[in-house]
Amino acid sequence: MSQNKELLKIKNLKQYFPIKGGVFGRTVNHVKAVDDISFTIYEGETVSLVGESGCGKSTTGRAILRLDDPTAGEVEFDNTDLLSLNKKEMRQMRKDLQIIFQDPYASLNPRMTVRQSLNEAMEIQNVVPQDQRNDRIAELMETVGLQPHQADRFPHEFSGGQRQRIGIARALSVNPKLIVCDEAVSALDVSIQAQVLNLLKKFQEEMNLTYLFIAHDLGVVRHISDRIIVMYLGKIVEMGDTKSIFENPQHPYTKALLSAIPVPDPEKKIDRIFLQGDVPSPMDPPQGCRFHTRCPFATEKCAQEAPELREEDYMENGHVAACHYMKDIETGAHQPTKDTTSVRA
Amino acid sequence: MSQETILEVKDLRTSFFVEGNEVKAVDGVTFDVPKGKTLGIVGESGSGKSISALSILQLIDSPGKIVGGEINFKGDNLLKYNDNQMRKIRGNQISMIFQEPMTSLNPVYTVGQQLREALKIHRGLGKEAGTEKAVELLELVGIPSPRSRVTQYPFELSGGMRQRVMIAMALACDPELLVADEPTTALDVTIQAQILELLKELQDEFHMSIIMITHDLGVVAETCDYVAVMYCGKVVEYADVNTLFKNPRHPYTVGLLNSLPRSDVDQEELEPIKGTVPAPHEMPKGCRFAPRCPFATDLCHEKLPALEDIGEEEQIRCWIYTDEWDGDPEVKVYEPEQRTSED
Repeated sequence: MSQNKELLKIKNLKQYFPIKGGVFGRTVNHVKAVDDISFTIYEGETVSLVGESGCGKSTTGRAILRLDDPTAGEVEFDNTDLLSLNKKEMRQMRKDLQIIFQDPYASLNPRMTVRQSLNEAMEIQNVVPQDQRNDRIAELMETVGLQPHQADRFPHEFSGGQRQRIGIARALSVNPKLIVCDEAVSALDVSIQAQVLNLLKKFQEEMNLTYLFIAHDLGVVRHISDRIIVMYLGKIVEMGDTKSIFENPQHPYTKALLSAIPVPDPEKKIDRIFLQGDVPSPMDPPQGCRFHTRCPFATEKCAQEAPELREEDYMENGHVAACHYMKDIETGAHQPTKDTTSVRA
Repeated sequence: MSQETILEVKDLRTSFFVEGNEVKAVDGVTFDVPKGKTLGIVGESGSGKSISALSILQLIDSPGKIVGGEINFKGDNLLKYNDNQMRKIRGNQISMIFQEPMTSLNPVYTVGQQLREALKIHRGLGKEAGTEKAVELLELVGIPSPRSRVTQYPFELSGGMRQRVMIAMALACDPELLVADEPTTALDVTIQAQILELLKELQDEFHMSIIMITHDLGVVAETCDYVAVMYCGKVVEYADVNTLFKNPRHPYTVGLLNSLPRSDVDQEELEPIKGTVPAPHEMPKGCRFAPRCPFATDLCHEKLPALEDIGEEEQIRCWIYTDEWDGDPEVKVYEPEQRTSED
């Protein structure tokens, strides 16, 4: 993948949301939803952002499209600095940057037929001449596995899976380069989810699309991604190739996350790592390593110093993790300081 | 069945009457829950799995109605019970936990007050004794500093904590049967692991039987002893968990397993089930799965197969396994090499 060109470059991205309070509605604090993250996506690949609720994965997706304006940092897409664009320029840019949301029912206008919705997207971006739009709509409907005559129906006349296909058709209608899929298949039943995942893969091959996939289902993530970025409380804790992450996770959080997935094979025994407690509030994230409050390996150093993303000599090229002790944990020199086998405090 | 059964559901039918139409949400469901074991009910949205669970406790509101069948709990048919008798069963011998702990906890009462309610009704415990028992229960489900938690309101707790409170509440009267309706679906995966393990430990401690309703085959594989697979209001396959995953027989079960993206092995491609679940008002007259089934014959489209015993503890609703089968006699519904694991 590395020989491909860099399509999206995120540098030191921060997204803080103010919390207003008091009599005068002053900003009393910030939710640090995304706190200084950097990564690059190459053309034609699928990168997944994973993590639990509140880790900042969706916020990152929205910040890239400037659906929320980031607090600080750089977002470079196809050699253009997105954050320096004005509203009009940004709107034109969105022709290349599309998003598919989790709930297609909420993101499709209920008063517009599918034809009107698709037409609107093409009109705003002016990608297809008006007299050819109906042909293009018919083609899009067929591409996503729907009948062209269904284009005159309203969103409520479709099932959940079909609506998600319409969401995909709308994203594809403007021939984008990058699609952010924000939990795009999470709401679907597994048999329908597989249909949509296969469809997304097919389009990627046919149109050289690049996906930023935001998901919490690690089965889906393993299936669709080339690379994975693991986030925890607004920070990247680990990133690398899908195979490398799943087979050789380095960060204690990634290990716990992967071990927590229920495996559909009753004969397979997993050594599960149970994390104590819940994710702390992003309003007041822990000092030092953000994971230290729940990490079974945490020491005094973890509470003081925030670890940087780095690579150890035994790790695969491009696989990085942010943990002070990952090498010592790997060799067994550093043992857990907390019990991870019990679920009762 | 060789083992003792605690609950026996026979030909249960629950319908919803909307605008003069009858929607058969649960259409002749039959299964047994062995004592001290976990039965998983798995299926996709609209398969009737939640309605089956609610029917067991008779929590079906108008326009829904249980129109037929038997629910035999320790030999007694619960459908013959009146409201009063049923109230003595609910939360006492059979209790339930729901998917969304925030909507099933009352936001204006403290955790302690809500825990005491069941104890007062079923055990006659007063305020002090109730509080003591509440603290004990919270400790049992692994809530840190339980004594200060009893005075808190649900909004002060995280999602995982709320689900623990729900479990504590369900356990308050040492139920013999716990019905868990998607208990971890709304939770993050690390929290889900905690809750599932907790349920397992509590089951061992109290010898409860559990009905686990879920759409997640991973959860089924990890927590259940027996599994009933539901499709369109009917059970299509019932088997012990090892058999179901190793040798699934119904084409729908096979389809589910083949469309599942897995985190533990590399897969080339997913094989989705084609088409979608039929709408309730346009149910096919033959096998409900026939329009989506790759093996369907004329027989399947014409006539509904019955749920038949094959082997000791297995039941299947599919023409392929009957003498009447008119398709390829050598048909292979499941080919294990499709999902062999690499490690």
